[in-house]
Amino acid sequence: MSDLSPTRSPESNMDDSRSEADAVSMPLIAPLAAEQQSVSIETREVVFDLKDINVYYGTALALEGVTMQIYKNVITAMIGPSGCGKSTFVRSLNRMNDSIPGFRLTGNALYHGNDIYASSVDPVEVRRRIGMVFQKPNPFPKSIYDNVAWAPRILGMRSGLDERVEQALRGAALWDEVKDRLKRSALGLSGGQQQRLCIARSIAIEPDVLLLDEPASALDPIATASIEELMHQLKRDYTLVIVTHNMQQAARVAERTAFFSLEVSEGKRTGVLVEYDDTTKIFTRPSDKRTEDYVTGRFG
Amino acid sequence: MSAIDHTGPLTATGNLRRRQRVDRTMRALATGAAIFAVAILVIVIYSIAQRGASQLSIGFLTKNPTTTINGTGGGIKNAIIGSGLIVAVATAMALPLGVLIAIYLTEFSTPRMAAPIRLALDLLNGLPSIVIGVFVFGLIVLSSGETGFAGSFALSIIMLPLIARNTAESLTLVPKDLRDASHALGISRWRTTTGVVIPSALSGILTGTVLAIARAAGETAPLLLTTSLFNPNATSFNIFGTSLPNIPLDIFNLSESGGAANQASAWGAALVLMAFILVGSLSARAMLARSRRMMSR
Ligand SMILES: Nc1ncnc2c1ncn2[C@@H]1O[C@H](COP(=O)(O)OP(=O)(O)O)[C@@H](O)[C@H]1O
Ligand SMILES: [Mg+2]
Repeated sequence: MSDLSPTRSPESNMDDSRSEADAVSMPLIAPLAAEQQSVSIETREVVFDLKDINVYYGTALALEGVTMQIYKNVITAMIGPSGCGKSTFVRSLNRMNDSIPGFRLTGNALYHGNDIYASSVDPVEVRRRIGMVFQKPNPFPKSIYDNVAWAPRILGMRSGLDERVEQALRGAALWDEVKDRLKRSALGLSGGQQQRLCIARSIAIEPDVLLLDEPASALDPIATASIEELMHQLKRDYTLVIVTHNMQQAARVAERTAFFSLEVSEGKRTGVLVEYDDTTKIFTRPSDKRTEDYVTGRFG
Repeated sequence: MSAIDHTGPLTATGNLRRRQRVDRTMRALATGAAIFAVAILVIVIYSIAQRGASQLSIGFLTKNPTTTINGTGGGIKNAIIGSGLIVAVATAMALPLGVLIAIYLTEFSTPRMAAPIRLALDLLNGLPSIVIGVFVFGLIVLSSGETGFAGSFALSIIMLPLIARNTAESLTLVPKDLRDASHALGISRWRTTTGVVIPSALSGILTGTVLAIARAAGETAPLLLTTSLFNPNATSFNIFGTSLPNIPLDIFNLSESGGAANQASAWGAALVLMAFILVGSLSARAMLARSRRMMSR
């Protein structure tokens, strides 16, 4: 089993020294992203292989013709104007959309070579491997400890539960702040702490992928910076997909960036994937005019 | 074109005065109606308390009636025990079933399935209790005679829609975020329901149950048809074998039988029943208010 705690990894973390305030005022293109680019993306293992994905809500086509590959241990950002289908897209990756009446997906969505939407697939198992962190922190109205321990207990990971909880909380950079009050209600934590608790809760069951849908948009800049910091640490153990409407955030954290846009034709609005490339390329030398307009602020 | 001088002093112009008069009158009428409702409650409580209070003593609560129904003395211990047993068994039947129905409604059903079930629950809730009594009379009493259990069965039918609707209400108050959080951890729907949704809604469920109990504890008509032939002077715990004495029928019998002492006992029994129900309802409401505050935090 892979090491649960990113902090125990022997690899040194160059950006660990970066203070939270620095992160907020980072330039649009982080030096980090440029440095990451040196490893050719083609050599990475593919986690999601998506071909011509269309998503419908009822008869409305919300997302059209998305084809992309998402790589292992890479942070992939999804950016684009509001309503272009970013949430729809990531929620389709772990079948969180199943419960929405009228939801329908066509195309070929492979996860480690397995079709996520094959009839033999158990959506509960998909979500057990592909975790999700939501826009609004949503801790359970339970104690801090039980928030993290509840799912492992149900999934049969009972042995060493205390250590597992500690590892997860350390992994989410929350341990030092809560170790003296594990039995207290999670609802008493600040928004940023709650969001890190939600991340701890997700990694406690050792998923393979973590989907984060605007995880920092409800947080203040300091809390946002600590979440971004955390993502850099998490990518050693997890494949991360982050949705953000904040371009600076994508530039700061992501190695790969996908730009989604809204196509309007005959009064219907449909989300499309415009461009998907290394983050530096998207922000400095985009190949599509729409991407350029968006990242330079001429649109959205 | 404007009918009023906008530079004039800001006193009422046009028909504003008349509109204000109508407004004041209607407000006074509505306030009066609201006060009237409170007044009725206060008058009922006061008159029962005033007449029943003289009866209240430790003995009234801990002794059985000492003589026949026409005689005097003693208390209503056996009726308190009987009512307690009948209502407890009714709750034991209605609570699990009602909660399951609510879980089906909010967690598993499609809107198309939920609508007719909600309607059925509302209609069941509206059935006169004497009709439910007659139904249970035909179903159980005709073949196997009156028992406390037959009374419990009738009361559980009365409680079921109340518990189911109240529980469904509090389950829908549980934010979707929490269900999403659980599903995203690879937890099945049922475990999400038992592990996250029910605990979050627990005090709402308890409140609904207490209100249903309060309602059932005072029902008389169904008990008249199912558990009225009892020995008024003895305590019985045999809920499946015999009719059990109970407070509503004590009130009924004691009032009907005439005689000042019996009348007084009837008032005393009414006061005991009313006190149980008021305390239950009030504490349930306090619990509900607390849980709403917790949820909205
Ligand atoms: N549950 C839903 N039912 C129907 N339409 C939806 C639902 N969720 C999102 N949509 C529609 O899908 C489109 C994409 O929405 P969304 O994925 O939330 O975009 P984004 O996350 O990029 O803001 C929007 O037009 C939105 O109205
Ligand atoms: Mg969104």
